[in-house]
Amino acid sequence: MVARTPAWKRYNIRVVWLSLVYAAFLIAAVYGFKHQLVPGALKYFVAVLPALPIIGIFGAIGRYLVEEQDEYIRMLMVRQTLWASAFSLSVATTWGFLDNFRLVGHVDGYWIAVLWFVGLGLGGIYNKLTLGEAGC
Amino acid sequence: MENRLRVLRAARSWSQQDLAERLEVSRQSVNAIETGKYDPSLPLAFRVAELFDLPIEEIFVSPSRRSSKAI
Repeated sequence: MVARTPAWKRYNIRVVWLSLVYAAFLIAAVYGFKHQLVPGALKYFVAVLPALPIIGIFGAIGRYLVEEQDEYIRMLMVRQTLWASAFSLSVATTWGFLDNFRLVGHVDGYWIAVLWFVGLGLGGIYNKLTLGEAGC
Repeated sequence: MENRLRVLRAARSWSQQDLAERLEVSRQSVNAIETGKYDPSLPLAFRVAELFDLPIEEIFVSPSRRSSKAI
């Protein structure tokens, strides 16, 4: 959804690496817990492992915004992140109240990050719809 | 913001990509500025002005002047 600037290429490389680390950490954590290989307090560390690369992706987005030299392309990404934040927080808040009144099932908190990335995509669609060819 | 970027570019037979490369921005940026969908920052507006060797106000139409004309 964004022009292929040098900063965007660096961002993509970082995200690919972080995604691979995420997959490795997730598989390791699930395997460790399933086979009861993780002792005592180490469980907290292993449980948090898959979250770290996801946090890294948020950091990579921040770094991209700092490194992007094309001000217009940077603005497009800022709009996308605003969409992502508004969308994920709105859905999470709504779901939280529905859950509180026992009208829907409980959902694991990490889905908020998934919703945020969905929102990022929606922001890209919004850019395209409102800016046409200039929306990338 | 209204501007004469497309006219100035066409006078030199430059494509949007040509102008983008000269300004060191993306083609999308040029497209957005030309169509008035994005107002460039002051540093970028100066780069545009210096490239065409014109004062900024001969490329970009001041929104306040434009509205006062309408009144």
